[in-house]
Amino acid sequence: MRKVSRWFQRNLIRIYAGVAFTYLLIPIAYTVAFSFNDGGKSNLIWKGFTFNNWLNPCGAPEVCTALGNSIKIGFLATTFATILGTMIAFAIGRHKFRGRSATNLLIFLPMATPEIVLGASLLSLFLTLKINPGFWPTVIAHVMFCISFVVVTVKARIASLDPRLEQAAMDLYANEVETFRRVTFPLVAPGIAGAALLAFSLSFDDFIITNFNSGTMTTFPKFVYVSAARGIPPQANVIGSSMFLIALVIVILGQIVGRKRAVK
Amino acid sequence: MADTSSIKGDLRLSNITKTYGDFTAVNDLSLTIPEGSFFALLGPSGCGKTTTLRMVAGLEEPTKGTISLGNTDITYTKPYQRPINTVFQNYALFPHLSIFENIAFGLRRRGIKDVKPQVEKALELVELSHLAGRKPTQLSGGQQQRIALARAIVNRPALLLLDEPLGALDLKLRRQMQIELKWIQKEVGLTFVHVTHDQEEAMTMADTIAVMNEGEIEQLGSPADLYDNPKTAFVANFLGQSNLIKGTISGNDGDNHIVDLFGQKISLAKNRSHAVDNSILAGIRPEKFRISRLETATSGNLLTGGKIEDVSYIGVSTQYQVLMPWGQELMVFEQNDDAVAPFSVGENVNISWESGFTFALRGDEDAEAGMEVEPEEIIDEDE
Repeated sequence: MRKVSRWFQRNLIRIYAGVAFTYLLIPIAYTVAFSFNDGGKSNLIWKGFTFNNWLNPCGAPEVCTALGNSIKIGFLATTFATILGTMIAFAIGRHKFRGRSATNLLIFLPMATPEIVLGASLLSLFLTLKINPGFWPTVIAHVMFCISFVVVTVKARIASLDPRLEQAAMDLYANEVETFRRVTFPLVAPGIAGAALLAFSLSFDDFIITNFNSGTMTTFPKFVYVSAARGIPPQANVIGSSMFLIALVIVILGQIVGRKRAVK
Repeated sequence: MADTSSIKGDLRLSNITKTYGDFTAVNDLSLTIPEGSFFALLGPSGCGKTTTLRMVAGLEEPTKGTISLGNTDITYTKPYQRPINTVFQNYALFPHLSIFENIAFGLRRRGIKDVKPQVEKALELVELSHLAGRKPTQLSGGQQQRIALARAIVNRPALLLLDEPLGALDLKLRRQMQIELKWIQKEVGLTFVHVTHDQEEAMTMADTIAVMNEGEIEQLGSPADLYDNPKTAFVANFLGQSNLIKGTISGNDGDNHIVDLFGQKISLAKNRSHAVDNSILAGIRPEKFRISRLETATSGNLLTGGKIEDVSYIGVSTQYQVLMPWGQELMVFEQNDDAVAPFSVGENVNISWESGFTFALRGDEDAEAGMEVEPEEIIDEDE
């Protein structure tokens, strides 16, 4: 009896971690498992194992159109938000100007405002301006909320940058442009890349704001939501699982590259 | 691509003032640093030495005054337009570039195509050729220090600025690098301006030292000048230790003053007095004192009536605190050369010294100026 309790004490952390990971991973495991379900249109009950969904991911009507839209919007929103956000981050992080703290506050607002409010007010704004909901209004909306996250991420990176490195570059005959190109930008770049990934995943994932402003255009989250009423096709699980796998591979590759560099 | 090779010569600071709001970091400072010399700016944290260096580098603009190199006014030129390179306090090596590229950085910016021979030579000079392919974070502190030096020296600047370059190294490595830096300066023949709060470091390396305090130069001279004949209490206490005793000039004897120290007469060479009137602070370095048991006739100056208060044996010497009749404790360093048997606490003794070692400061000076600063303890940045 005592032996058991001692074993328990020693392994408590492991057990706790195991339970926590199981809790986190069950929905993902479920998604992956049901991507192999031979379930036809409705994918609620396990009916049998098949590779058909993976061999034909665009099999369900509209699913690939929706995915294509999501990717397009994601890329456009990421590109604009990253460029604008990085510039804002440099302005706030490096320069003192009138309205700097006000800008800081404004940047924070979209993150603090409930998405449902943002989505609704953006829609009324577009309608007032006589712009019909659709692809571009959605892109504009996504750029808006992604910018905040880009600014916050890049600003943190800039703040951690030792100003003496730029001074050293200037001291070593690099003018302002060269200092930025050779020292500042390469050192801030990992932060910008991280911000871009974050922006893409936020944009790809967004449902509420998109639902208000996309009109008849479907995106992947919208497709999943709409089809939930009559059963989500297994193709959606295939796409969801692929997304997860792609992210996982990127993370693992990043770790391997990082470790190789550290060893060298 | 900046061609700065034509600018060279002595560095001249004329009436430089730098203020930050109400705070005056550097106050009306004028200074000439001759070409080819090893010059040290020495002073406690916040004395304005780093600010001065940054103005020379072009990283700060003076509020008033001019800086010129040879015949060229460089007061307001950009850092990259000056033939001046800096070894930063924490080295500021570029973490994303290899050691080779770090050193090549300045050469490439000046448009030099074939950087390899020069970079390799610089690496050889600091004896780290085998590390060319590494990244800065993979190097030890001492190695990073040398790379920072190589990165600056490879450009053959008219002036090399060193901002507390050895501050982050441990004591042993610091001593070794001091000698090495001195050697490298001779080898390359560049003008070095070295900022430090470590008086021993300044004395080991520099030909000329400017002691700075509160934005001004207290005294400028060779290490021996400053140590043997300090002009102010700050210099007397900041460079080594001093015994400063209040006294009055009571008469003359040829080239010497007769000085009254609490009723006892000593002599002081007139040319070693920086006093303005009869009221003085007589200064004697602790190692110049000799302790004796008897009132024997000793050559030079003699102070009687002392009592040993404290004895510390530190190997090369023994340090005594001797309480004098007027209540002041004097510091005495005796060599452990067996000439005299060690004294013990409570013994009544006299103190004597060669009269030529006495110096005198103005009597209204604060005898403890520069003392509260413990140079070894300050590791944080200036300003």
